[in-house]
Amino acid sequence: MRNNKLRKFVDKLKPHFMPGGKLEKLHSVFDGFETFLFVPNTTSKNGVHIHDAIDSKRTMITVVVALVPALLFGMFNVGYQHYLAIGQTVGFWDTFVFGLLAVLPIVVVSYAVGLGIEFVIAQIKGHEIQEGFLVSGMLIPLIVPVDTPLWMIAVATAFSVLFAKEVFGGTGMNIFNVALVARAFLFFAYPTFMSGDTVWVRTGTTFGLGGGSIIDSYSGATALGELATATSSNVQLTNIIGNPLGFLDGFLGLIPGSIGETSTLAILIGAAIILFTGVASWKIMLSVFAGGALMAFVFNNFGPDNAVAHFPWYNHLVYGGFAFGAVFMATDPVTAARTETGKWIYGFLIGAFAIVIRVLNPGYPEGMMLSILFMNIFAALIDYYVVEGNIKKRMKRVGTQKQ
Amino acid sequence: MANLIKTKRGLNIPINGRPIEIIGNLTLHKEFALVPDNFQGVTPKMLVKEGEAVKAGSPVFYEKQFPGMNFVSPVSGTIKAINRGERRKIMNIIIESDEKMTYEKFETPDVNTASADELIQILQKTGMWAFITQRPYDVIANPTKTPKAIFISTFDSAPLAPNNDFVISSQIADFQTGINVLAKIATVHLGIKYGKKTPFSTIKNATITEYDGPHPIGNVGIQINHISPVNKGEVVWTINPQDVLFIGRLFNKGIVDLSRLIALTGPSVRSPQYYNAIIGACIEPFIHGNKITGNKTHRFISGNVLTGCRISGKGYLTPYATQLTILEEGHHTHELVGWGMPRFRKYSTSRTYFTFLFESKFLRKLFGNFKYKWDTRLLGGRRAIIMSGEYEKVLPMDIYPEFLFKAMIASDLDKMEALGAYEIAPEDVALCEFVCTSKLPLQQIVRNSLDYMKKELE
Repeated sequence: MRNNKLRKFVDKLKPHFMPGGKLEKLHSVFDGFETFLFVPNTTSKNGVHIHDAIDSKRTMITVVVALVPALLFGMFNVGYQHYLAIGQTVGFWDTFVFGLLAVLPIVVVSYAVGLGIEFVIAQIKGHEIQEGFLVSGMLIPLIVPVDTPLWMIAVATAFSVLFAKEVFGGTGMNIFNVALVARAFLFFAYPTFMSGDTVWVRTGTTFGLGGGSIIDSYSGATALGELATATSSNVQLTNIIGNPLGFLDGFLGLIPGSIGETSTLAILIGAAIILFTGVASWKIMLSVFAGGALMAFVFNNFGPDNAVAHFPWYNHLVYGGFAFGAVFMATDPVTAARTETGKWIYGFLIGAFAIVIRVLNPGYPEGMMLSILFMNIFAALIDYYVVEGNIKKRMKRVGTQKQ
Repeated sequence: MANLIKTKRGLNIPINGRPIEIIGNLTLHKEFALVPDNFQGVTPKMLVKEGEAVKAGSPVFYEKQFPGMNFVSPVSGTIKAINRGERRKIMNIIIESDEKMTYEKFETPDVNTASADELIQILQKTGMWAFITQRPYDVIANPTKTPKAIFISTFDSAPLAPNNDFVISSQIADFQTGINVLAKIATVHLGIKYGKKTPFSTIKNATITEYDGPHPIGNVGIQINHISPVNKGEVVWTINPQDVLFIGRLFNKGIVDLSRLIALTGPSVRSPQYYNAIIGACIEPFIHGNKITGNKTHRFISGNVLTGCRISGKGYLTPYATQLTILEEGHHTHELVGWGMPRFRKYSTSRTYFTFLFESKFLRKLFGNFKYKWDTRLLGGRRAIIMSGEYEKVLPMDIYPEFLFKAMIASDLDKMEALGAYEIAPEDVALCEFVCTSKLPLQQIVRNSLDYMKKELE
């Protein structure tokens, strides 16, 4: 059995990594790889003698799998936008390969930097490598523009893993969503690279592929960017070569934007996976969309007279990072509200605030990132009041029975 | 008509090895053991020396704080050994049976005329007190505090638990006597299973409530939480239904008869069934003679798979155990990339596995119950709490379990008190521990916190 040979090999290596062995300093890394290959054979010492087969590895992998549709579509879209910008028509595979080569380095950098730091810290603290970064490492590439320099990705990833996660105590202890902190770091540290109309579409070549010059009518702004800079309140959105865009374009996602956020359809496939498996909370997801739709509807009818306020509420949900944030960011169980009542409030406010920021703050065309980070802070407060209700009930009981 | 309380929260774990209602023949081992640590909150003071002769019911040790609260020998014979550990702590007392069973005779007062104090005295003197536990803290009851009620759950909903209807129906008179005694001390609440004809429904001198739902509905803690939750400063007592029989026998016959039926259960047992046994019996005869399957390493659990106590193949039955569960250890199993495999034979409440298909009504109708592979592995690494909402689904109490556990981990007494620590016992959170993605030792956390609370607040 292949399994046996591999196991023997691992068993042969193991003593070197145990305390006293030559490679003792790499114990956490070895343990990480061993548990990655084999389910740990640790048995319960006391407490329950049998356990549910779910563990944090399987939970995290499920989220990564759910991100794959958005990733693949994002790769295709990167190629699609590129060839659209240079006015060439190429086949499906050429388009996809261009995008693959453009996106893969970002994924590699994100994982290498993040996991590298995790390995080192796990070894210093002497605990197991935790798999939280499996998800964060996939989220980061999906929420950045394709032309973000790789060194920036590396710096942002390192910053967020260290200061948003490890200083708080590692996976499960963080207050802010790690991937969003990386995005926020990029946004505030390198604003010129993160907004405007030059970063969303790769107009140059990738590893020598896709050479050509940009066509004349090209404009690389995202839909929300167009709205934010619009001078009149009635704007017709266009794609990068000037063709009009509607709800369906936003839903399908062949538009400029961060790599994984453009296709609401691909995101919803991922949503179906994490909702069916129960990894994400449907309450949060639903209430984010409800909050966003309601707030946008209010602005549609009673809002200020600008282009974003007049952007139809259903379009708000499919353009920009709204859907991606609702499905993959707001539902991060660690940073979200943890009580069932709290989840409704938390999600609703994320959706509502995202639209408020989009409409009322011209400096930020996209409000989802700030809205989620903002509500990450308030998640604990929401839970506090929900739990306080239970405590009050219990205290009241004491009073009545003593009388 | 009895009140009915229904809940959907909880989980019946589909593990195989349920006992059939047959009583097998078995010669018990000569050795019996009393383990003071099995009685929560007790500091033992010895009353006998090695080599001394005892009868069934003779006091062996007493509780330091309450002299007169005796813990008695289950059989007649001699004290073979008193094993001590670090700092001379008493680990266990081994009693070798003379196989004659001579009983200590006790004068019991007439239940109808006796006062509550008198009854409490005799219960302590005869060792019956060992079976009366209290909430808060889930320890042996403090005899000086008057309880607001005594709770008894007549059915055990834990995995592969014995059927108390079968066990007790032939001794229902003893059970009634036991209830009569307890009812003189405080109101007795009896929880019975809904929708089943049970001998307990005719019991007098008790308030009967019916319960319907998955495990842990049979846990007395859940029933207390629904009827009369324990508040700060209040005490309720609890006692297992099979232990009520001991009190009944004492008052009916004047002897301490600690024999009971033990269900031999679990996936590794060839023919799960009941056996006559006595508390503290060595389990060796239960596993000898082709009674367990295969020659893998097995785990022996005195009790059920969720709350039971791990013992060796030569270990002794713990005092509250009504079943002995045996399953594979599984520590030689190395599953390749478990996080990515379908793992059809693994049970999980998560839909990242296929359990939901096998447990669906449709497939069960077609193929019957699916047989999962169980062993004692944690099946994952220990992590900080990541997922939310897992615990609530299997704990039908008006409590926020995650917040309570966090307060307990942080040793925050005020928060523990406010969040309901008085109402909870380790056994109530066993299912939380089973489903926990982060594999946290929740029962241990609760046990340690309750001990800490008791130390600080009493």
